[in-house]
Amino acid sequence: MNKLNKDNFKQDSYKHGFVTDIESEKIPKGLNEEIVKIISQKKNEPDWMLEWRLKAFKRLEAMKKPEWANVKFDDIDFQDIYYYSSPKGFEDKPKSLDEVDPKLIETYEKLGIPLNEQKVLAGVAVDAVFDSVSVATTFKEKLNEMGVIFCPISEAVQKHPELVKKYLGSVIPITDHFYATLNSAVFSDGSFVYVPKGVKCPMELSTYFRINESETGQFERTLIIADEGSYVSYLEGCTAPMRDENQLHAANVELIALDNAEIKYSTVQNWYPGDENGKGGIYNFVTKRGLCKGKNSKISWTQIETGSAITWKYPSCILRGDNSIGEFYSVAITNNYQQADTGTKMIHLGKNTKSKIISKGISAGKSSNTYRGLVKFNRKAKNAKNITQCDSLLVGDRCSANTIPLTENNCNSSSIEHEATTSKISDEQLFYCMQRGLDAEEAQSLIVNGFCKEVLQKLPMEFAVEAQKLVSISLEGSVG
Amino acid sequence: MLNISKLEVSVEDNKILKGLDLSIGSGEVHAIMGPNGSGKSTIAHTLAGNPNYTIESGNVLFKEKDLLSLDPSERSLEGLFLAFQYPIELPGVSNASYLKQIVNVHRKYKGKDPIDASEFLKILKEKSSNLNIPIDMHSRFVNTGFSGGEKKKNEVLQMDLLNPDLVIMDETDSGLDVDALRQTSEAVNQLRSSNRSFIIITHYLRLLEYIEPDYVHVFQDGKIIQSGGKELANKIDTEGYAT
Repeated sequence: MNKLNKDNFKQDSYKHGFVTDIESEKIPKGLNEEIVKIISQKKNEPDWMLEWRLKAFKRLEAMKKPEWANVKFDDIDFQDIYYYSSPKGFEDKPKSLDEVDPKLIETYEKLGIPLNEQKVLAGVAVDAVFDSVSVATTFKEKLNEMGVIFCPISEAVQKHPELVKKYLGSVIPITDHFYATLNSAVFSDGSFVYVPKGVKCPMELSTYFRINESETGQFERTLIIADEGSYVSYLEGCTAPMRDENQLHAANVELIALDNAEIKYSTVQNWYPGDENGKGGIYNFVTKRGLCKGKNSKISWTQIETGSAITWKYPSCILRGDNSIGEFYSVAITNNYQQADTGTKMIHLGKNTKSKIISKGISAGKSSNTYRGLVKFNRKAKNAKNITQCDSLLVGDRCSANTIPLTENNCNSSSIEHEATTSKISDEQLFYCMQRGLDAEEAQSLIVNGFCKEVLQKLPMEFAVEAQKLVSISLEGSVG
Repeated sequence: MLNISKLEVSVEDNKILKGLDLSIGSGEVHAIMGPNGSGKSTIAHTLAGNPNYTIESGNVLFKEKDLLSLDPSERSLEGLFLAFQYPIELPGVSNASYLKQIVNVHRKYKGKDPIDASEFLKILKEKSSNLNIPIDMHSRFVNTGFSGGEKKKNEVLQMDLLNPDLVIMDETDSGLDVDALRQTSEAVNQLRSSNRSFIIITHYLRLLEYIEPDYVHVFQDGKIIQSGGKELANKIDTEGYAT
């Protein structure tokens, strides 16, 4: 009965699997106090930053790795990873693009991210992170005119210590959990954004993360602060070369929205997913959390997760300010042997807080895809509301989808609406589209894009088309 | 145009077509009538290549090609169009972008460039107004939440956009009120030409009052048991299928 739905795989679908041949400087492998000190030294950090890292490292030594997720992988040998790698000559950061190795510029051009300000997408500023360092940030000056700070976090530590000291670790404390604490100890680069009071950031800010070196982990740290009445939309993209080994990416992202501020954070995650037999690929263990600190503030997460061998993340919102709003829109696609355990946490602390969760999971091949979410209403969260909608779509019959929505309601006046569906792409739908001339893959991609529509349309316009293509590409070969 | 010979088809081990023979020339309109549940729709879905229908024996030539060896999309690209009795919903897919995409795959097959967006909109407006389709229907999702009439009109619109050589209409009249029936029939009549053939599958005479067939076939027990001209349809209407 399932003659239109086949699930063999073509191996040409990962378009970003190349390696840039560039000399890099790595510090020795391994994880110990000395390594933490070297990283801090490499970044020329002030003492308070080093102390913060060391505190995290001390804590880490006493921590256990979490093992409750619905994902399977061999033990990671944390002593067998390079924690810092940078293209040669980046100790003295180049002042302008002219000084950046052309190979790096070329790499980003190949990935479709031109760094030359004349060529970039209109209205999008980019911070390009290559392994452990930020290699270029565009439109910095222009943003500066409005008081918007957009720079590598290592630069923020130097130039804006008061902001970093105040907010770093304020949403994800160094005691949080194993991978988050690991990041706090060894984080290398990432982006820092501060939008001052009343400013609507005039362009999309984005960071493009690229892993290039083998046996290297990437531990980026992103911190975004939207001051009172401000607005910012931020997007991150991620790719890595095709390799047989698994590489760890353990990032921490903290967002802080003060009174009446809004942060829109979008992710298009396309790390190398491994091959058709499940060999290689990135372990994407990421902690993302936003704090709606002020009243009427809003944080909105949108994620398109198509890559990585394992995706394990729950971009969350702590709704502390009264009337604050948290949103989570997610598309997670798994194919072949990919595994995803992803979702969100909405923690309602303030009065009249609202949250909305729309999750679309698509599994194909022999993959496993879990939505896991927590909606929690604190005792004081009067009249808080949550709407959750989780839809799973199965392609073929060898994959699995799970939905684990947890709720914890400590407040009588709050309400939760929950809807969940699981469906298969029907043969009728495929046949209908094919009767109009689409081939099986075109038909599937049309149907899947329709399934994801609600989420895809939340992306900034500049990236929506790209994401739509990515959705199609990542399922390539899952129908015959 | 189309030559079906000794076609036997089963669905889930039940034999539905038991030796169907039918020849259709260019520009001809053939009506296939039969009682409910006689398997008329099996003819339509088999010709369009629905994988749920298993060919047991027989062969079909379409424009001198072995139709049964083509997959459903190749049959479409070669000019075979099936207007579904129950058009399928595609949630999240806007009707306009869907229509444009199917037009473009057909253009690509013919070696033409994709259609220009403004030109497409112009054609879409013109053809929609022929069918009395409000233009805002195209910003809704394909067939999703459409009324019976809207779905059927959307089928005829797709037929109009794709310029097929052979059209199979599966119970297109079901679920249509009198006005909608007249509008769709008029649109279909405008599409009649000397190089386009039609197979109209219907239970009732009423569609054939609007779209006048050249031949009428009575389908029962898996095969055609009687063929004739238009007058045969009238006879069935008064006397019923029972023989």
